[in-house]
Amino acid sequence: MPPISLTVNGKPAQITADGDTPLLDVLRNHLGLPGTKFGCGLEQCGCCMVLVDGEPEKSCGKAVSTVAGKAITTIEGLGTPDHPHPLQQAFIDEQAGQCGYCLGGILITAKALLDRNPSPTRRQIAEALDDNLCRCGSHFRIMRAVERAAAQMRGATT
Amino acid sequence: MNTATAPALPALLQTNPRLDRWVRFETRGRVTVATGRVEIGQGVLTAMLQMAADELDVAADRIDLKTGDTDLTPNEGYTAGSQSIQYGGVALRLALAEVRGMFLDLAAARLGCGPAELSVVDGAIVKSGAATGQDYWSLAGEIDLSRHATAQTAPKKAADLHMIGGKTPRVDLDAKVFGAPIFVHDMTADGMVHARVVRQPRPGATIAAFDEAAIRRAAKGPVDILRVGNFIAIIGADETAVDTAAAIAPSHVSWDGLDPINPQQEEARWLIQQPSIDRVIGAALPEGPTQGGAWREATFTRMHIAHASVAPSSAMAVFQDGHLTVWTHCQGVYPLRAALARMLKMDASTISVRHVQGPGCYGHNGADDAAADAAVIAVNRPGAPVRVRWRREDEFGFEPVSPAMVTTVRARRDDQGRPSDWTTEIWSGRHSSRPGGGGNLLAAEALPDPPPVPPAQDPPEANGGGGTRNGEPLYDFAEKRIVHHLVAETPVRTSSLRGLGATINVFAIEGFMDELAAEAGEDPVAYRLSVLGDPRARAVIERVAKMANWQPGASGETGKGRGIAFAQYKNRAAYCAVVADVEVDEGVRVTNVWCACDGGLIVSPDGAVNQLEGGIIMGASWALKEGVRLDSAGIASRDWETYPILRFTEVPEIAVELVDPLVDRPPLGVGEASGGPTVAAIGNAVAQALGTRIRDLPMTRERVMAALLKG
Repeated sequence: MPPISLTVNGKPAQITADGDTPLLDVLRNHLGLPGTKFGCGLEQCGCCMVLVDGEPEKSCGKAVSTVAGKAITTIEGLGTPDHPHPLQQAFIDEQAGQCGYCLGGILITAKALLDRNPSPTRRQIAEALDDNLCRCGSHFRIMRAVERAAAQMRGATT
Repeated sequence: MNTATAPALPALLQTNPRLDRWVRFETRGRVTVATGRVEIGQGVLTAMLQMAADELDVAADRIDLKTGDTDLTPNEGYTAGSQSIQYGGVALRLALAEVRGMFLDLAAARLGCGPAELSVVDGAIVKSGAATGQDYWSLAGEIDLSRHATAQTAPKKAADLHMIGGKTPRVDLDAKVFGAPIFVHDMTADGMVHARVVRQPRPGATIAAFDEAAIRRAAKGPVDILRVGNFIAIIGADETAVDTAAAIAPSHVSWDGLDPINPQQEEARWLIQQPSIDRVIGAALPEGPTQGGAWREATFTRMHIAHASVAPSSAMAVFQDGHLTVWTHCQGVYPLRAALARMLKMDASTISVRHVQGPGCYGHNGADDAAADAAVIAVNRPGAPVRVRWRREDEFGFEPVSPAMVTTVRARRDDQGRPSDWTTEIWSGRHSSRPGGGGNLLAAEALPDPPPVPPAQDPPEANGGGGTRNGEPLYDFAEKRIVHHLVAETPVRTSSLRGLGATINVFAIEGFMDELAAEAGEDPVAYRLSVLGDPRARAVIERVAKMANWQPGASGETGKGRGIAFAQYKNRAAYCAVVADVEVDEGVRVTNVWCACDGGLIVSPDGAVNQLEGGIIMGASWALKEGVRLDSAGIASRDWETYPILRFTEVPEIAVELVDPLVDRPPLGVGEASGGPTVAAIGNAVAQALGTRIRDLPMTRERVMAALLKG
């Protein structure tokens, strides 16, 4: 099978896999990026959210062949403990999480929101995150963290 | 020591008496602290670290915390029931206080002074603020930590605590926001294979036909198929191939022994007609008629509830040189080890069970069963690390669910309209089928020579009860009793889920209290306070009323409602009162929730608030959305479309306050305290908005429309 080329977290990657392989499996098993999680495999929960050319997409049902040539961003590409993305820092500052299994997907969705709307209202944050499920009930502080990150990012750019 | 006056050794120190089971000083500058409690999303690791740092006077970053490991940690049974701090933390503090005292005694002997003259600063022994040259590690060689705990050394007073009550960030949160591999689901090992189980549809079902070739063709890659009795697993190095095969496998296996179930049993009222094990707890049953006149009753129901963790269960296992090691996100590594030993007919000493974090755990979900799956596969494929992950559909379909329940509350009112006699009559399936606690592992049911069906039982009253949990109101009624009907046969497997029976019992009791207050023409807050002597209970009600600016007699605008509810979880853990505001048109929207909670001394205030917020959101989800759907084959709601939970746009504004969290009192478990009061407060708010009460959960759009038509 011919290799599939894509860009993952800014680096080129060549994948040798069946084109039907879910992008989620490619990230976790071929590229060693476990931050993107399996939640349902049904495109219903958002645990597997990644950015595809900047747009939030569920990776569990997305065949890798459909993202050939595209730029993928995973939670590992958002920031690192030494250089956290403002969203990651805000989630830590607000202690926004319990089990944390859903957080990677939520952070990715939140990044896509802030990239297109740097000053979202609470309602707009909720609507953007509505496809991401959280069962522990951390929603309230997650929304507060997104607001905090947005304020910090606005402050940093003015 | 005067044993006559000695405080009783807590149960956890009786079962784990050796002090070195709790703390060890093996490496200079490091302290190993061990807890049998495990992180299930509730933040307990952070709380244990805070307690250990305070009790030992060492910096938290010197502590290596061992947790939930049959080789390394105390046996504390299950991490469940909001008991980790209330019991596990108290035992840990007692053990560490004793160990600190032993070090100070030895240092004092070496230095020729009294131990009271000494203190510890980050592990170093200090006298009058000056270094003594002694520290934990210089003394450790002469301290015998193999000796048994006596619990004779009191833990520190609240005024001397620095970490407890402070704002220590969650130790596990950074890894989670940076996507580090912290979950069982992320574990890898050289030579690892992935596995999926083709689930036996129910105990006793036997394979009639099994088309292995069709499954192999679908896989598009090599897969290994294991069949032992009625246990089928698909195994392979390529997870995608294994998943592909597992997705189509159920349609290539046919089963005998599948009697259809009655899908109408998804609603709870059928329970009343079933044979049951009956008992009365509390006052004797009243004589004479209990209807009409001063008597009044109301019946409340709820459907089965799913754990619905955000990811399905997973486990890893390897069988090497006769020893089985299992990594699991279960709640109790020791009970699981015992159950695995029974299932595999192995000696428990040849099995190690280690806890690794998983998706949020709210009770007995699929984690133990996934661990059993991995164990069965591992012993049949020696040498290969096996990682099992359930399919989402199987998690919904085969995890134990919280049983459907019916609760009837019945009261005789006195001249002032207050109950003088109260009965809570409860019909429920079992709230415990944990392996070793009254249930079998799913894999064990499928193997040859399956274990017998365990007898129906419920968590005992000493543990807070199961169906009966919070069935007794805390109010000062002259005669109170619970009538419990434990229904042995349920259409699906049931077990413990956050709150157990408390959720509907509080919904019923607090809903009925509002009905009684209305009949008496009194405000719900004032009515409750008039029959409630416990000062801590009164304080949380008064606090939440103040937080929400509760106005007696306010009737609200059309389509809007406000409700209050209260409970002390298990009548022995945290006190919690909740006010909810709702808007009701075709459906119900919860707009605001206020919560006041008295959990005694709070180790991690922000962690406690986080748990209470989580309980509020889960409670709102239970109240409005959740109920397991059945069809003739079993659980039919196997995805997030058919089992909806509360979403971001449906989450209310939340305010939580802790009552006196830093006062020196025993800690009371808070993790499950807010769920029942939230459901009940929403029920009361909806009743006010509609002018008629919905007594069946969930309060869906259909039920709101039906209530409007009826009302």
